[in-house]
Amino acid sequence: MADRPVPLKDTRLLDVKLGQVPSWIAMRDFTPSGLIGAVRRGYDRYLNKYINVKKGGIGGIAMVLFGYVVVSYVWNYEHLKHDRWRKYH
Amino acid sequence: MLSRLGLRAAPAALKSLAPSLSVGPFHTGQRCLAPLPPLPEKGGQVRHGLIPEEFFQFLYPKTGVTGPYVLGTGLLFYLLSKEIYIINHETIAGACVVGVLIYIVKKYGGDVAAFADRLNEEKVAKALAVKNDSINHLESIIEQEKKEQWRVEGRNYLFDAKRNNVAMLLETNYRERLLTVYNEVKKRLDYQIAVQQLTRRKEQDHMINWIEKNVIQSITAQQEKESIAKCISDLKMLSKSTRVAV
Repeated sequence: MADRPVPLKDTRLLDVKLGQVPSWIAMRDFTPSGLIGAVRRGYDRYLNKYINVKKGGIGGIAMVLFGYVVVSYVWNYEHLKHDRWRKYH
Repeated sequence: MLSRLGLRAAPAALKSLAPSLSVGPFHTGQRCLAPLPPLPEKGGQVRHGLIPEEFFQFLYPKTGVTGPYVLGTGLLFYLLSKEIYIINHETIAGACVVGVLIYIVKKYGGDVAAFADRLNEEKVAKALAVKNDSINHLESIIEQEKKEQWRVEGRNYLFDAKRNNVAMLLETNYRERLLTVYNEVKKRLDYQIAVQQLTRRKEQDHMINWIEKNVIQSITAQQEKESIAKCISDLKMLSKSTRVAV
């Protein structure tokens, strides 16, 4: 479903072919305002999809909390490494 | 369901997580006065409360229905066997907490959702009531305005009646004054007539008195005797003529 050829810069990540991903990443805007803009856009998208609805479910908040749990586990892995049951895996 | 409760609270809490920024072209365009589109009915679907439905749809063409579950199981076993996820006392605590949370959500989720929905409906109903009130008020004002316009058409009759009244008053006043004038003039003329008649009567009386007085004065004693003798002779003649007549 390719209509007129869109420049690589404007394609969405899911439409980028696998070989073009590095060049796509290289073209992104890495200035601080660009980064913050990207975070803002992602935040707004998540908000509008899961929270700003009339009948939201538990998923909206549950996903955020689950992400928080995962991130905190990753950050504490250095401490948790000492509770391992086996030395060699 | 909790998100329905926190339509105000959750975004505020989440917004405090992400930094708020005021650079960039915000609020530079014209203010859009059209009403905002209503909120979508249902949000993005989430299966088991954690995984978005898009993930399942994404894997469906290649792996069918069980694909994501097999992926999840394999991932779980990999994490456990390589001890990337370590089982310790916190695992048990976490499992208990998760169990309790799931129980609470399953049992009371519907009630909380209904409560939040009712709150929302009250807000909407209040706004709608305000809007309807103002619409009714304006409509009644329009009705009154139309009635006033209808009344204005009858204004001509009112003014005609008033004009007639005023003309009548003027006419009455004029006639009264005419009558007064006539009466006054008549009084003055009557007075003149009365004065003239009085003068004439007085002159007549005076003249008669004067003539009588003068005549009586002029009758001397000699003339009296002569007149009495003449009267007696006249009477004798008359008596003779009447005796003859009888």
